[in-house]
Amino acid sequence: MNGKGNLLIVDDETIVRDSLSKWFREEGYQVSAAESAPEALTLLAQRHWDLALVDIKMPGTDGIELQRRLHEINPELIVIIMTGYASVETAVAALKNGAYDYVTKPFDPDDIAHTVHNALAHHRAERENVRLRETVAAVTRPRELVGQSAAMKRVLEAIETVGPTEATVLITGESGTGKELVARALHAASPRRCNPLVVIHCGALTETLLESELFGYEKGAFTGAQYRKKGNFEIAEGGTVFLDEIGDISLKTQTDLLRVLQEREITRVGGNQPINVDFRCVSATNKRLDELIDEGRFRPDLYYRLNVFQIELPPLRERREDVPLLADHFMRKFAPAMNKRIVRVSPQAMDLLQRYDWPGNVRELENAVERALVVAREPELREEDFTLKLPAPGHEARTLEDAERLHILRVLEECGGNQSRAAAILDIDRVTLHNKLKKYGWKRELAEVS
Amino acid sequence: MRLVQLLPIGAVDGRWLSRMAARLAPEFAARCEVLPAALDPEPSFHPGRGQYCSTELLARMQRQRDPACWRLLGVTALDLYIPILTFVFGEAQMNGGCAVVSSHRLRQEFYGLAPDPDVLAERVLKESVHELGHTLGLTHCEDYNCALAPSHSVEWIDLKGISLCAECRARIDNCQLTLANL
Repeated sequence: MNGKGNLLIVDDETIVRDSLSKWFREEGYQVSAAESAPEALTLLAQRHWDLALVDIKMPGTDGIELQRRLHEINPELIVIIMTGYASVETAVAALKNGAYDYVTKPFDPDDIAHTVHNALAHHRAERENVRLRETVAAVTRPRELVGQSAAMKRVLEAIETVGPTEATVLITGESGTGKELVARALHAASPRRCNPLVVIHCGALTETLLESELFGYEKGAFTGAQYRKKGNFEIAEGGTVFLDEIGDISLKTQTDLLRVLQEREITRVGGNQPINVDFRCVSATNKRLDELIDEGRFRPDLYYRLNVFQIELPPLRERREDVPLLADHFMRKFAPAMNKRIVRVSPQAMDLLQRYDWPGNVRELENAVERALVVAREPELREEDFTLKLPAPGHEARTLEDAERLHILRVLEECGGNQSRAAAILDIDRVTLHNKLKKYGWKRELAEVS
Repeated sequence: MRLVQLLPIGAVDGRWLSRMAARLAPEFAARCEVLPAALDPEPSFHPGRGQYCSTELLARMQRQRDPACWRLLGVTALDLYIPILTFVFGEAQMNGGCAVVSSHRLRQEFYGLAPDPDVLAERVLKESVHELGHTLGLTHCEDYNCALAPSHSVEWIDLKGISLCAECRARIDNCQLTLANL
């Protein structure tokens, strides 16, 4: 907001526009005026306005209709309707359409000054409230980053080191290792913590949907674009954008993203005005981006932009010493909500949890504890409350490669040998699965398993 | 030395204007004099409203302003308005040469109270500094003690001082418009 605020005055009478513009400029506002609805809509498309004072009676499009159109383009714009003759009907129509207030000409100077000042202050307080809620949420969540293993200590140290900087961070790790929690912790440790953290799950959106989510769109940019919408890079103003599953975005979106990271400006879909954006980028993936580059599916220049600093999250099976801490943490988190006085995990149950491989990592452990709490009897979680299946002794994995081979073969067996279905479950592409099967000598192994 | 001229609009007590000129001069490091001939306000009268249009008065003042005059301040006892507002205490040409103030709604008796010439003189002086401040390009100030503080009622005028705050003086300096060399 420039100074006290940007005001747009819309009235077909020159004398009203001139005197009101001059009066508000003396008050310290940035003021522009339009003599008709089309001119007002053009001005609205050109720049940001905080508040519009709209005359109800104008030739062509009247004030009530103009107010509706203004809100279609910018729902956040405060509209105050000006009327020559106050009537209950016009007041109701204006307020029902979303006007902040209506005022009768001529205005008492004190009244109009307060109406405009209060409308802007109210709007500012609302936005600040939203921002504070987001900040509180962002600051409180990282407490779930639990672990005392050497691997986890390295992660926490990295967060402490790189968090307060402006560096772009790439978080890698298997699914369920807590990449989003690390992103939240980085944001909370940064000077941007009081501004929003915007999370975008790239893998969950189609190319066009992701584009409009990231960059926003202008009204009419495509079928269904009834309102102007800000993109996530704009919403994150001064804060952090977390791009999860960055390995899943298309080459076109990669090109657009690279340009945003380089130029620090965006253009909304269907728009032509570049908008400056200020954000820090943190991204995450469970894929090997270097392999995707080799396959020509990821731009190397974007990879280098994103990977200024890398934090690799270890899978849970490589930090088994953290399992008791995590199990205890999740037990305390969920038990109160279930109205159960469960205070510990039995030694046998803990032994089971520590021996299990956790292919779904911390997320799987969290679900397992929550599920066990449902059936558990006070005061502790027992082995039988968990439905985990340890591998048969003969197939027990000893190395990471063994674990991967066994897991792939088990999934493939469940899918009746259908590689496409198995690849989908494993969340890898079919070529990667084929290469791994080739590496593990699939035909012989499958015969053994089956 | 800069010259501020006070122009009576309609009937205004000359001695009262002279006292005001004496107090106004040091605020702008200027020489301040009262013009002998008054401006006829009637062409700016709006019969429907029973008030005088300050914007029209300013336009007429501009036409008769002496080139040697740094700032021309119209002073009137008449009720002023601009078309969109019910009334104004005064109006100024932003970054211009003319300003006008009205004592009409600054009188205690307008609010049903006993007349108080001292209060009235103080209020007119504050509004004069306020409007002349606008002619120097200043917008309203958030310091309620400053003469440029927004004041749409007499209560707020009574609260503020007759001088510009240090920040407003600095804003004038930043615009290369130091009071000393204007």
